[in-house]
Amino acid sequence: MNYSSDPGVTRRELLASAAVSAAAVAAPSAAHAQSSLTGESSVSKISITVNGKEHELALDSRTTLLDALREHLHLTGSKKGCDHGQCGACTVIVEGRRINSCLTLAVMHDGDSVTTIEGLGTPENLHPMQAAFVKHDGYQCGYCTPGQICSAVAVLDEIETGIPSHVSDDLDDKPQLTATELRERMSGNICRCGAYSNIIEAITEVAGRRA
Amino acid sequence: MKSFTYEKARSPEDAAKAAAQAHDAKFIAGGTNLLDLMKLEIETPGHLIDVNGLALDKIEPTPEGGLRIGALVRNTDLASDRRVRQDYGVLSRALLAGASGQLRNKATTAGNLMQRTRCPYFYDTNQPCNKRSPGSGCAALGGFSRSHAIIGTSDACIATHPSDMAVAMRALDATVETVGPDGAKRKIPIAEFHTLPGTTPHIETTLAQGELITAVTLPKPVGGRHVYHKVRDRASYAFALVSVGAVIQPDGTGRVALGGVAHKPWRVEAAEAEMPNGARAVTEALLAGAKPTQQNAFKQSLVERTLGAVMAQARS
Repeated sequence: MNYSSDPGVTRRELLASAAVSAAAVAAPSAAHAQSSLTGESSVSKISITVNGKEHELALDSRTTLLDALREHLHLTGSKKGCDHGQCGACTVIVEGRRINSCLTLAVMHDGDSVTTIEGLGTPENLHPMQAAFVKHDGYQCGYCTPGQICSAVAVLDEIETGIPSHVSDDLDDKPQLTATELRERMSGNICRCGAYSNIIEAITEVAGRRA
Repeated sequence: MKSFTYEKARSPEDAAKAAAQAHDAKFIAGGTNLLDLMKLEIETPGHLIDVNGLALDKIEPTPEGGLRIGALVRNTDLASDRRVRQDYGVLSRALLAGASGQLRNKATTAGNLMQRTRCPYFYDTNQPCNKRSPGSGCAALGGFSRSHAIIGTSDACIATHPSDMAVAMRALDATVETVGPDGAKRKIPIAEFHTLPGTTPHIETTLAQGELITAVTLPKPVGGRHVYHKVRDRASYAFALVSVGAVIQPDGTGRVALGGVAHKPWRVEAAEAEMPNGARAVTEALLAGAKPTQQNAFKQSLVERTLGAVMAQARS
């Protein structure tokens, strides 16, 4: 489906250009509204490496890592679902660990290295987890998918490292790669379409390939 | 979110000093609870002191044969530490029963102790709440109270403390170490760290303004079977209706602490003398004086049954 007469324009590009023109009109009043509502706002400068590329940013200290990625670096793969750490759609990998990027301030990540879904693979060269999600139909609407995939990649590392989980029978044994383990470890990523069983199949396939 | 000024602390002492100077300052570490509450403007600090850079992220042996857990040790790292898994299994189990993988990677030991209640009326800024807005009343008392506290409550508040980790630490007789704005160090037994609501439910700990948690120490391991059993509405990623953290010795004696029933991890040492007499006897002593609402009275029998399951597991 096309949203303009130009078949080359995607829905996202169209929305982005619409947002830019709306922002151009609304910007002065919005800026005024913000300052009168919130008073003095502190600005912090940070240097952050995202998907291997270093960025210098000057941000309102209130900016979450998620908003820095989406609104300032225009990496819109990471999604804002609940914005309260309940859904996992914003999951990214920071310094090798998966976190909810909505529940951390960008200013707290000065000097950190972040991997988002855009850094895992490209449309031409999918990460194995991305390819497995496609193969096993691990989504319907796709909104939670970037978070699911970032989480899944980190989960396999966590199992590899020997981090136990709530369902591990023995705290001292190496965690098993079972569906029960994967479900427990993926419980911070909600999928309202209910693609859970296909997601587990996708992760299991990638885990098997690595083992 | 209200605007705030931000600084990175250079030392625990400097952090405590800075926090004492501004009445609306808050420490931030993992941020997983504080930022959530700041977005809802339930917490509105004017100044944030980021303590993440302080070197409080190690787990070290103590001269007494226990463990000293730095305030900034992440929940994932504490749960998977080899010494904690072997000697303090109830703590690993409690941590792993809480939150999600993403949150455990960020949440810290001190932050877990400091987290606020998940009472839905505390979160709903359209409702009265003595904890959020002292003197405004308690919407939970006449509202949906299925998840609320059954013991140690007051007419002002029936909220629970949401932590799993703290329940295990209570069973293990942990000690909270702090530094004050004047540089003075203090050791607070975990039993005296969290408070009951009384007439001041907005006060949740015995920390003074500006006092910063630097570590939690665990005494020498006591052996026994370590069990943490959490009962909740979902199999994962949900707060406890009732949880039981226990360390049980081969002769049937032991320690029991409860989560999900009070404003703090609930342990009554005298009740543990009843352990050889079974779960009902222990529960009666543990929950003597309970004042449940009609909606959460089920928690009393749920405690007994959960404890029964824990004692059976320890015998197996």
